[in-house]
Amino acid sequence: MAHEAHAETGHAEAHAHAAPQAFIWRYIFSKDHKVIAVQYYLTAMFMAVIAGLLAMTIRLQLAWPEKTWPQLGKVLSSGFSDGVMNPEFYAMLFTMHGTIMVFFVLSTAPVSGFGNLLIPLQAGARDMAFPFLNGLSFWTFLPGCVVILASFFVGSGAAAAGWTSYPPLSALQSAIPGSQMGQTLWIIGMVFFIASFTMGGLNFLTTILNLRTKGLSLMRMPLTLWSMFLVAILGLLAFPALTAASLMLLFDRHFGTSFFVPAGVVLSGAPQAHAGGSPLLWQHLFWFLGHPEVYILMLPALGFTSDIIAAFCRKPIFGYKAMAGAMCAIAFLSFVVWGHHMFVSGMSPYLGMAFAVGTILIAVPSAVKVFNWLATLWRSRIIYKTPMLWAMGVVSLFISGGLSGVFLGQGALDIHLHDTYFVVAHFHLIMAGAALFGVFGATTFWFPKMFGRLMNDSLGKIHFWFTFLAYYSTFFPMHYIGFAGHSRRLYDPYQYAFLKDLQPINQLITISAFVLGASQILFFINFFWSAFKGPKASDNPWDANGLEWSTPSPPPHGNWPGDIPAVYRWPYDYSVPGAPKDHVMQHDPSPIGDAAGH
Amino acid sequence: MTAGVLERPTLPKVLGDGPPPGLPPSFSDDGDGSHGLFGDTARLGLLAFMGTVSMLFIGFTSAYIVRRASADWRPLRAPGLLWANTALLLASSATLETARRRLRSSDLRGAQVFVAATGLLGLLFVAGQVGAWRILGSQGVFLASNPHSSFFYMLTGIHAIHLLGGLIWFTAVAVRMRQMAYAPGTDALGLVALFWHFLSALWVYLLYLLFVM
Repeated sequence: MAHEAHAETGHAEAHAHAAPQAFIWRYIFSKDHKVIAVQYYLTAMFMAVIAGLLAMTIRLQLAWPEKTWPQLGKVLSSGFSDGVMNPEFYAMLFTMHGTIMVFFVLSTAPVSGFGNLLIPLQAGARDMAFPFLNGLSFWTFLPGCVVILASFFVGSGAAAAGWTSYPPLSALQSAIPGSQMGQTLWIIGMVFFIASFTMGGLNFLTTILNLRTKGLSLMRMPLTLWSMFLVAILGLLAFPALTAASLMLLFDRHFGTSFFVPAGVVLSGAPQAHAGGSPLLWQHLFWFLGHPEVYILMLPALGFTSDIIAAFCRKPIFGYKAMAGAMCAIAFLSFVVWGHHMFVSGMSPYLGMAFAVGTILIAVPSAVKVFNWLATLWRSRIIYKTPMLWAMGVVSLFISGGLSGVFLGQGALDIHLHDTYFVVAHFHLIMAGAALFGVFGATTFWFPKMFGRLMNDSLGKIHFWFTFLAYYSTFFPMHYIGFAGHSRRLYDPYQYAFLKDLQPINQLITISAFVLGASQILFFINFFWSAFKGPKASDNPWDANGLEWSTPSPPPHGNWPGDIPAVYRWPYDYSVPGAPKDHVMQHDPSPIGDAAGH
Repeated sequence: MTAGVLERPTLPKVLGDGPPPGLPPSFSDDGDGSHGLFGDTARLGLLAFMGTVSMLFIGFTSAYIVRRASADWRPLRAPGLLWANTALLLASSATLETARRRLRSSDLRGAQVFVAATGLLGLLFVAGQVGAWRILGSQGVFLASNPHSSFFYMLTGIHAIHLLGGLIWFTAVAVRMRQMAYAPGTDALGLVALFWHFLSALWVYLLYLLFVM
């Protein structure tokens, strides 16, 4: 009945509107969400290569600070003198590695990349709510990337105050070389990024709320769509705090104001004119964004994982409502725990306790997610395809990285562990690792909707196992050296006697990191070969249920060749008793499974 | 509801064009709209944008409150011109509402008079803000003089930038009204009015924050 009514509304003519033919309007200044998604994805991939190479250079220094590298010194002539890395250059390396990875890779690929690809396809919309704004969003993001990368080519070098850019180091131009032009470019690049992310968030929110197809109620949405909905809200409400802080930092740097710079700062014998500002104010504003930002990276990975696990277990996701509720709880709590990044800032212990309680509360919805994934996997006949391996990798990293979060969330313990490699281990496992594995899982799973082809499964599995093992052997030993007191951001750790014994472990970490970096070449080969030469994919190669699998691979302009299908059930009707196949797609009106009303 | 659909192409550049005008409405408005918790899509997008702008100013407010507690805070006296400016901006909100009313009763001529008045009052407000900056400057109070003046110049400047954006959007709608681009009875000014009133309210809030609180 409802289906007939839908067909009558005459949407068939919608797809008659052809895609623009000229190359520039079709692939460069496109307003089609699928093209914009690939633009974002490829840009993030390029930025990932740069940020990855920065990480390799950091690791080289930490393993063998006493050695000289004449060849590398020739390539990076401004950062090396006589084959020895300059300390200032080392600070630029970790600053730019963190900034690029957090914002320009791991926010961009899952959110701007897969969010753009999947939201209209899973929601049953012809495109985003504001396609022009969507295109503008990418063309604001790209200049941001250019500005950030350009900072390596200015005379004084890139920003070097850490990805958190704490003042006064970031606010006083004469503090270090990285505080000069590089820091200004960092701020401008971030403002471009935030503007672009805001445009994306407006589109995500309105599309998910208003453009869902008939029958797709909120409680029938795939968990990926739920995660994108929450990410949009987090982005719109959290990023403005960093915009405000960045503008004030810019004013402090260039127009003589004193928002963040306290009185009495003396640099190389020269007293600074600023007075009365509060460096702590920056920390509060930064982390008010910074903490939700962590979940902007992670929530999409949690959504992808749920959808992939259900499809490869051939079982409904266990506890769907609890899964959606847990993501909402994580998103809400992320706004009230920023203070746990500031336990050593002289914060009142009473306030610290409130932040600690909120932080540890996040373990509850996180555990709900883990147990529900495990319950979905439990006694199912798991199909071990590449996307499933990545999804299980996310579960693994989410557990091992999440557990150390419970340690760090307690103020008393954090005072010992703060700014050590224990923290580096923690966030690389849970935030970076889960997000990265989620992106790899999503890439292999939704590749047909990007390029109409399938990636090579064997090569994908080899890539997974190399990455998985190298990832753990890179980041797991960092817990140990962190416990032993190894601070992050040390140019030469072995100038301290108590860290001298840790050099062999650092060398192991570095070799693992090189293996990790090198194994990504397998991914690039697989990705680009498959995009052009891979086997053609059918509409629904994984026998999954979501609306995105009801249209050809790749979907045409307007997403469905005919009418947009209506939805009759949730996307997790796998192995429904009495069904002709082991999966019932969302647009199948048969009165079984979820459509039968249970 | 039809009003909203017809109005969509009038979104400002910051919010995008919505679906290209040549497309059938079904291209971006699939489904029956019954899921639209907040009604019209363009309006929802604008509300979300206003939400994110509000968060920006909440961020500035928290910074203001923290910074005000420091020892070097020297309270600034508000130039009297600011109160006149406030009256101008509130009057522009009132004329905009009158224009919408005239439009609703199909008095296109009357509507255009009030639209012109709104634009003029908006421009006068921006000019008045520049005047207030010049008055302070002539007293030797500049951006970096003291923390209160830093906040004053920064917040009024960022508000003025948003208002100029609103004026550009408003002008685009006014031009389209002259070109008879809207069907009779359309609430062509609805969306831009929402944003305009938001900026008026934001200004009153900033004035309260800076000089009354």
